[in-house]
Amino acid sequence: MAMLLDVLSWVLLTLGGISVLIGGIGALRMPDLYTRMHAASVTDSMGAMLVLGGIMLQAGWSLATIKLIAILLFLLLTSPTSSNALASAALLAGTRPLAETKQDRGQAQ
Amino acid sequence: MFGIFLLTLVLITGVAIVRTDNLFVAVMLMGIASLLIAVNFFILDAADVALTEAAVGAGISTVLFLSALALTSERERSKSARRVLSFTVVVVAALVLIYATFDKPRFGDPQAPVQTHVAPWYLENTPTYIDIPNVVTAVLASFRGYDTLGEVFVVFTAGIGVLFLLGGGTTPGRLAQEKGNEGLRHYLIPRVVGRFLIPFILLFGLYVQFHGEYGPGGGFQAGAIVTAAIVLFALIEGEGRALAVLPQRWLLGLMAAGPLIYGAVGIAGIVMGGNFLDYSPLSSDPVTGQHLGILLIEIGVGVTVTGVLLSIFHAFAARGR
Repeated sequence: MAMLLDVLSWVLLTLGGISVLIGGIGALRMPDLYTRMHAASVTDSMGAMLVLGGIMLQAGWSLATIKLIAILLFLLLTSPTSSNALASAALLAGTRPLAETKQDRGQAQ
Repeated sequence: MFGIFLLTLVLITGVAIVRTDNLFVAVMLMGIASLLIAVNFFILDAADVALTEAAVGAGISTVLFLSALALTSERERSKSARRVLSFTVVVVAALVLIYATFDKPRFGDPQAPVQTHVAPWYLENTPTYIDIPNVVTAVLASFRGYDTLGEVFVVFTAGIGVLFLLGGGTTPGRLAQEKGNEGLRHYLIPRVVGRFLIPFILLFGLYVQFHGEYGPGGGFQAGAIVTAAIVLFALIEGEGRALAVLPQRWLLGLMAAGPLIYGAVGIAGIVMGGNFLDYSPLSSDPVTGQHLGILLIEIGVGVTVTGVLLSIFHAFAARGR
């Protein structure tokens, strides 16, 4: 059982690390602000959840797990909010998305 | 090993700060550098210092820099031609510092002065004299009470200095009535989440304040966390409503109250028949007296830090419009 938990937690930690890496590469390689934010959000959501889940399995049922759950809840609340605030601020400042939708083209014509 | 990796990252961030000419980017990078240093403190087992660095360095000073940046332009001015001179000064200073490190004892050397001077005495005698688990708080608040009193006065003086420069506290009523001062009140999502989080941040600040004797924490960190909660309130609900909750007069009072509480505890020690800042006579049991004294002076520290940081924030914000 302990072995199983250990393996599971390392799988979670590794997957979390990979998500963070993908998020970082995406934030560097994507063409405009909105797609970059989309890529970086992988770090916030999947990366944080998987890594914290892996650490929780390592910690077992203890005070540390409760603190980790609190951190996870905090991140799940704040990171989408800050993404929303960032995107709306960028839109207000006049940054247009690179790829136009069909509707945008229709308005332009 | 991980420490070396982190310090390398700090170095890279430092070079990036110097090289960028966008001040906004520089402020963000400074926050990252502070956070990296905080992690480094933490893996060196200095949890109290790490908490302070994360709360003050990465949190509040980033906010203050950003509000200062709102007053000026985002771009750095073109550099002057004196680069050779400043480069020489930096190189000489760096060489002197590197030379000085040769005299330092090796990391973890049992014969180092830090291991043989007063530290063992503190570690041995904290349980007998003060009986709290966190030795850092015992040293900071009781054994080295004078130093911390000095720090509180430094924070207080710095706050007064900034208020004189920016002229804060002169127009407390004007902001509340001004139009277009609504913060993010029209933005539903940040507002709802922010309102949900603020009580928890305040609660965490109080926990850090009163749990400083048992775990990492204390007045300095708690002051920064409470300030963060109120700055968040000011951002989402508007400056005026934040000032309505905590008017500038009260903030000035808080600034002055901290050193007063601290000094009063010290003088109470004399009146009860001890030395200045000796907490043992405050109660019939010397250990309980120490607990009481530490609790009171930590409140003094927290109150001053909150008052000073919030006054500076409001002074910047009032200046920005």
